[in-house]
Amino acid sequence: MTPAYVVRRIGFYVLICAITLFFAVPMLWIASAPFDASPGLGVGWPDWTLENFRKTLSHPYAMHSMINSLLICVTTAVAVTAFAALASYALSRVRIPGRDALLYGLLLLSSVVTGTAAMVPIFVMMFQLGLIDSRFGVALVMTGGLLPAAIFILKDFVDAVPKSYEESARVFGASTLQILRDVVLPVARPGLATILVWAFVNSWGNFLVPFLLIRSIDKQPGAVLLQTFTDEGGSANLSVIPVFSLLFSIPVVVLYLLVNSRYGFRFHGGIKS
Amino acid sequence: MATTTGPAPVQPARVRGPAQDVAGLGVTRAVGFLAPALLLIGAFLVFPAIWTIYIGITNYRLTGVEAVSPSIVGLANYTKALNDALFHNALWLTMLFVLGSAIIGQNILGFALAWTMRRARPAVRRTVEGLVLLAWILPSTVVAYLWIAFFDRDTGTLNSILGTQGTAWLIDYPMVCLILFNTWRGTAFSMMLYSSALQAVPPSQLESARMVGASGWQTLRDVVFPHIRGHVLTNTLLISLWTANDFSPFLLTKGGPNHESETVPVYIYNVALQGGELGYSSAISFLLLIANLLVALLYLRLLRRRS
Repeated sequence: MTPAYVVRRIGFYVLICAITLFFAVPMLWIASAPFDASPGLGVGWPDWTLENFRKTLSHPYAMHSMINSLLICVTTAVAVTAFAALASYALSRVRIPGRDALLYGLLLLSSVVTGTAAMVPIFVMMFQLGLIDSRFGVALVMTGGLLPAAIFILKDFVDAVPKSYEESARVFGASTLQILRDVVLPVARPGLATILVWAFVNSWGNFLVPFLLIRSIDKQPGAVLLQTFTDEGGSANLSVIPVFSLLFSIPVVVLYLLVNSRYGFRFHGGIKS
Repeated sequence: MATTTGPAPVQPARVRGPAQDVAGLGVTRAVGFLAPALLLIGAFLVFPAIWTIYIGITNYRLTGVEAVSPSIVGLANYTKALNDALFHNALWLTMLFVLGSAIIGQNILGFALAWTMRRARPAVRRTVEGLVLLAWILPSTVVAYLWIAFFDRDTGTLNSILGTQGTAWLIDYPMVCLILFNTWRGTAFSMMLYSSALQAVPPSQLESARMVGASGWQTLRDVVFPHIRGHVLTNTLLISLWTANDFSPFLLTKGGPNHESETVPVYIYNVALQGGELGYSSAISFLLLIANLLVALLYLRLLRRRS
């Protein structure tokens, strides 16, 4: 226990505390303001009340926007998972001509064509298709954007499924569709669940696409509506914003914890785009 | 990581034994399986990317005569960009943003976390990593409010901590705020990537470095860094690409005050939907696409070389 060692240990803990504070302090607001009788932008021990929750629940658009978010994100997540599952199985098992070039192209697409780089043509395209102000249109755009990465992650899962399962099922005379439904699908379930949650979480937090494409307030998902909460005076409505932020974050955190505890957090490069 | 984002290694066809296609799907049905995904990707990703080129050479506008009948103006939009001071400003701010928050902020903080948490007690490790991950998974609109509250002029937490009530951080120092914000937001990715990379450093080498009395810095430079050099490069490329394309600065400052935090994505939005100049903003989008493509090609080349 030399003095230098002690100093280093102290320095080490000070560093860890500083980093922890850096990450924790900005989050304190969402933990205190929703329960405070006079919510502001400051952080302090709240003057406990649930009045803000009552106000938020009775806000004309707040809960409605959660349903919009749910509609958009469930559609997106289901479409992404279903189409990526089909595509990744085909790419994993069948030697389609040009497969490697296709995979390489998908990989490039997933990072090159970002929402910001494509927002103008997507806006113009949806405008000309008459899909502005359509929740289905938003889900379509999000599905297209998430699919390349989803196919990649899922293909990895499918590659890891031993082919011997399918072989023995075949030996016993199962048809192709039976094999897919009764052998491959159950084995690939962790992968499918991961993609479902990943697509849901990504579209839940997506601000840009619905911000560009949705006009009317009653069709806006929570991510966009949160930006527009104002009170009678036109300034930010601070009794609704903190509560709504909290409620809007819960699904994401819960889903993350669920996947983490059931399947373990597998690290996927570029899983969050 | 290399296994999930790297190009799939081609498995050599086995001479005997069952074919790869064990379930007997066949090429035709396989193409059918691929079709819906490829159609959607084609319609909502490939087509917009290509269409950017076309819109970028027209004078298409959101409203007015050019909205109804746009005409081709050739490379006029690109020559305009060359002389557009606001576009140069956006490029410069994006470079600052990427350098400060991704290349320096997320990279160094992510590595520091991965390095220190390696030997921390499990409870400490879980708490710290949990917080860092939470910052990463919360919806961006919510995170924007957290930081608006944090930086607020009158009652913001930062001013309470520093005792500087009345300082409007988001107005006086918008880029510093955005860099801090994005470092906070995105460090989780680098932390996780470096955590898994550090597992590849043989403990015996760390032990020998300690035996010969190498300082912490020497150990990092001569023992750890050679093992993770490839990861540092690929991580830096990825987070730079994401940061350069990040739209969340819009949620905090909308590009203001007076264009002082208008990064390229925010500039594209402002030109296209506030200014209505769809043609010009498409030309800028196309430049962003090209920059993304170059970074992504470099990234894939590095990954392939590593495997």
